[in-house]
Amino acid sequence: MKVMTKISLAIVPAMMLVLGGCSSGDVKETPASGSATADSRSIVPPPPAEMAPAGTESAQPDPMAERNKMDDPGSLLSQRMVYFDFDSSVIKDEAIPVVRAHAEHLSANNSKVFTLEGHCDERGTREYNIALGERRADAVRRMLVANGVAERQIKIVSYGEERPAQLGHNETAWAANRRAVFAY
Amino acid sequence: MRKTILLTCLLPVLLASAVPVYAASLTLKITQWVEDAYPIAVVPFGYEGVKRPSQDIAEIITNDLLRSGKFNPLPVTDMLNRPSNEADIEFKNWRILGSESLVIGKVQHTGGDNYKVMFWLFDVFKTKQLDAQSFNTTGTALRATAHKIADLVYEKLLGQPGAFSTLISYVTANGTGEKKEYILWKADSDGENPQEILKSNYAIMSPSWSPDGESIAYASLEEAGAQKVFIQKWRKGQRSIVSTVKPGLNGAPSWSPDGKFLAFTIIKDGNSDIYRLDLNSKQLKQLSNHYAIDTEPVWTPDGQWIVFTSDRSGRPQLYKTTVNGESVKRLTFEGTENARAAISPDGKSIAMVHKRDGQDKIALMDMDGGNLIVLTDGHFDESPSFAPNGSMIIYATSEGQQGTLATVSTDGRFRQSLAYQGDVREPAWSPLNVK
Repeated sequence: MKVMTKISLAIVPAMMLVLGGCSSGDVKETPASGSATADSRSIVPPPPAEMAPAGTESAQPDPMAERNKMDDPGSLLSQRMVYFDFDSSVIKDEAIPVVRAHAEHLSANNSKVFTLEGHCDERGTREYNIALGERRADAVRRMLVANGVAERQIKIVSYGEERPAQLGHNETAWAANRRAVFAY
Repeated sequence: MRKTILLTCLLPVLLASAVPVYAASLTLKITQWVEDAYPIAVVPFGYEGVKRPSQDIAEIITNDLLRSGKFNPLPVTDMLNRPSNEADIEFKNWRILGSESLVIGKVQHTGGDNYKVMFWLFDVFKTKQLDAQSFNTTGTALRATAHKIADLVYEKLLGQPGAFSTLISYVTANGTGEKKEYILWKADSDGENPQEILKSNYAIMSPSWSPDGESIAYASLEEAGAQKVFIQKWRKGQRSIVSTVKPGLNGAPSWSPDGKFLAFTIIKDGNSDIYRLDLNSKQLKQLSNHYAIDTEPVWTPDGQWIVFTSDRSGRPQLYKTTVNGESVKRLTFEGTENARAAISPDGKSIAMVHKRDGQDKIALMDMDGGNLIVLTDGHFDESPSFAPNGSMIIYATSEGQQGTLATVSTDGRFRQSLAYQGDVREPAWSPLNVK
């Protein structure tokens, strides 16, 4: 595609505007990539009495073992996505084991905090999809809390339709985009 | 007979820069023609002086009038002569060509970067002068002067204010994933003179102009998906975050007609409701109270009602409530979904995103719910915004994989697309009298 040379008078005023005073003192608009709020390597030994409901792990998980489990493609914990039907925030049966695995992990490591992201496919208006994305993340949150995770461990955000996992105007792409993401 | 016409905007004098940046201005492309529009001839302006103006004033005026859908300008190549003085006009030359109105003018270079621009408007059949004005202007303000003349011509002939000296705001997105760059822009109503207002790696959406035209409210995902609403004075860049005692994601801001309130959405714990914030006292009032998703509030021009989107009946539809959150009433019953309302400046019509047969188009409906007509024919049309004189609606559509903007006249007869190099969305038209 042909690109056109930038119009001169946009440059100086544009710089002034972008760097205008924010009340927080923050002048840069390009934050670090990613939305993780916790370093997954900073594992703190959990209190000894805390047992996960369907516990398969010992009362005091070994940090190395925890790290391996999170990244092991064979473990449920390495699955970070929960998928949804169109216009729905109902957690499907096949997603429940994944949610419960994360619940066990988080309740056994109850100083760990993380972010749940809600996402939508491109259909529907942008603001509606922010709300629907939040609803999806919140549905996962409620299931986690019901399974022993503390509210304070979970941050909820929504990207609506703005960060699709897959581009395309078809059901395959749409299905891949209707998701909640465990962002550690 | 319908024709399609391809027009590219005049670009101001380009810097001889070796570093191309993705295009900043929007290119006009006329996609439909209106048969019975008002025939007018805008003669290329005469010129006096040493330094030639960098803008073709008559061409800017012509494009403005054409874009409104209400005028049918005579092609310059059809003109038998090109007077720039009243004494040189032979009205029969214009009657022969079918023009009912005639605009002539001249530009005088008065020294340095200063120009004097004069125009005269005539009724061809009555051979009578309808308007004449002169402007002292500068090289960089020549486009603004041309838009001002187009407004005067529009108003004199149609009895309504022109919207050519107004501004638009829109968002562009370039790149993918976390490196994606979003920019909120402000530009002339024809897409020229774009100016960056905000740049971010997170999505910016729902720009909303304040009634005095000095501020733009918008929603941004810049706290890593924790949506916030900001109000930014676009000229100088100072901005403030809209924060309330009530936690949650904040989005979809909309100014009240008197500029004293902001309606917006608060989302928390799986629920989304609309609220009204007093910008002075910071008092927050909840307007909807329902487990459904309620969002996208917009005010009626009389300041009495708020129209919003709700899926309380299963799928998104439009509802209205009083500014105190009383008497919720459903407005839309046709199509699968209706969302993202925009209210006409006279308060009589609502534009919306209307889903039918799996496609999203812009539709217009009476305020009380009758006479829904579909104005556009895209597949994913969204975010309609009225020109402040009610004559046109700007909206986001797509061509191939790219988002583009388009305008459609509110009678649906004339549509024009504004193509951008890249993905553009979320247009918002400024109020009148904004510079």
